[in-house]
Amino acid sequence: MPEATFLDASELVLNMGPQHPSTHGVLRVILKLDGEKVMGTECVIGYLHRGVEKIGENRTYQMFAPYVDRMDYIAAVSNGLGYCLAVEKLMGLEAPPRAQVARVLLTELNRIASHLFWLGTHALDIGAITPLFYTLREREEILKIFENYCGARLTTHAFRIGGLQYELYDGFEREVKALCDWVIPKIDEYEELLTSNRIWVQRLKGVGILNADDCKAYGVTGPVLRAAGVKWDIRKALPYSGYEKFDFEVPITHNADTYDRYVVRMVEMRQSVRILRQAVENIPAGPIIAKVPKVIKPPAGEAYVSIESPKGELGYYIVSDGSTQPYRLRVRPPSLINLQALDRMARGCLVADIVAIIGTLDIVLGEVDR
Amino acid sequence: MVVTPWQNDLTVELKEAFGDQILELSTGLGQDYLVAGPESVIAILEHLKLEDEYDYLVDITAVDWPDKPERFELVYILYSFARNHRLRVKTRIAEGSHPPTAVGVHLTADWLEREVFDMFGIEFDGHPNMKRLLLPEEWQGHPLRKDHGILQMDNRWVQENMGIDSGQ
Repeated sequence: MPEATFLDASELVLNMGPQHPSTHGVLRVILKLDGEKVMGTECVIGYLHRGVEKIGENRTYQMFAPYVDRMDYIAAVSNGLGYCLAVEKLMGLEAPPRAQVARVLLTELNRIASHLFWLGTHALDIGAITPLFYTLREREEILKIFENYCGARLTTHAFRIGGLQYELYDGFEREVKALCDWVIPKIDEYEELLTSNRIWVQRLKGVGILNADDCKAYGVTGPVLRAAGVKWDIRKALPYSGYEKFDFEVPITHNADTYDRYVVRMVEMRQSVRILRQAVENIPAGPIIAKVPKVIKPPAGEAYVSIESPKGELGYYIVSDGSTQPYRLRVRPPSLINLQALDRMARGCLVADIVAIIGTLDIVLGEVDR
Repeated sequence: MVVTPWQNDLTVELKEAFGDQILELSTGLGQDYLVAGPESVIAILEHLKLEDEYDYLVDITAVDWPDKPERFELVYILYSFARNHRLRVKTRIAEGSHPPTAVGVHLTADWLEREVFDMFGIEFDGHPNMKRLLLPEEWQGHPLRKDHGILQMDNRWVQENMGIDSGQ
């Protein structure tokens, strides 16, 4: 056997996480490296597994509603919306128009908050500290609206099955309008800081490419899919909660890399503001909750309902046996399924790019592990 | 849930291709689903992907019905971008049977089948990496089975690895 020289390839297995600042929680990635080059990855997940689906089978429909907020805690309002819509589908209910518009308002506010948090932490991972302080400052204003509305900032439990529990508070419309006017210049400011920043562009362009065919093969949805040029958003494709009434664009880009996902999310925030402006001008009067029985017992049957959460397709598959508790409750988490594509995206990249790729997938480990 | 027969061009085509292997084509709550024998599910998924553009596997999950002779119901949720339509493919399998894997058709199935194995103990034949996804590898028990209590856990594992004597 020839003697090894320093030019020979030698495989090195490196453990990253679970306690690593840029894995956004307790994600462990085992990297197989050849020097700086990533030959393969394996994700070890489940550190945050709480058995949400099992809990769901052992709680009544109303009792389970606050639990869903603990999955994607960055976008808790979206989780709640998906769950309420799924139970309403089983019961044959529809929230009244006023509740639907309020739901759209709060969900879009949450989408902006989620994207802001993503932008700050993603930039932090890349090495830009400033955006984090800016984005969290802006996110705080949105959380204040949530707090004024329902008393909670993160795990809001904002919606109830059939509509809303609380009427919109005095000054809600004014605050949302003020936020819309205030946040757009802020987004411009982030773009000034980042969009053509040389370090930002060089760290992100061409990194973690996942083209449209791969996205479909791996079931990847949300901004990652749209950055690959697929114009698909559940709010447009299969509208729910009255999204068909609002005028907004679904942004797409074609390079399918980490930079393009940044561009898509920035445009999505602007589009969310557009939806907010339309919704806040036309909040219908009327009741905020449909006629919902005190004891919720959906007829036996099953339904799959999904929404466009900030991360991608968030689905609930609920099987009812006619009792007060779901017989089976399955959550289709976008973070888990998007994370599966990490290996495909990371192969051939450098170790430093792994941090960028985990960041661009926008995973929340609470939702990955449930 | 009021279940009505599901009939359109697609169902006619599927009936032609698979005949008796498709046991039921129905619509409930406006959502279409088909029930097929476990041996033909992968062929149906492949047919739907290649011929009918159902190219996005949304989810795989299972439902446990301990009192029925075929205990587990496997559910594959599919979506077609071209048709903007979602459908479910369902099949029933007995305890201990090993359904074939869908990884060869949809790469998404990798982790989803591992999760089904983790939670229900259903092993998929031909899966490249059939091990637990969320729980530790040495863990005993499959928590989403109906005979698994909500407070029940693998006490031995907890004692050995966490150093908690009671196991709770």
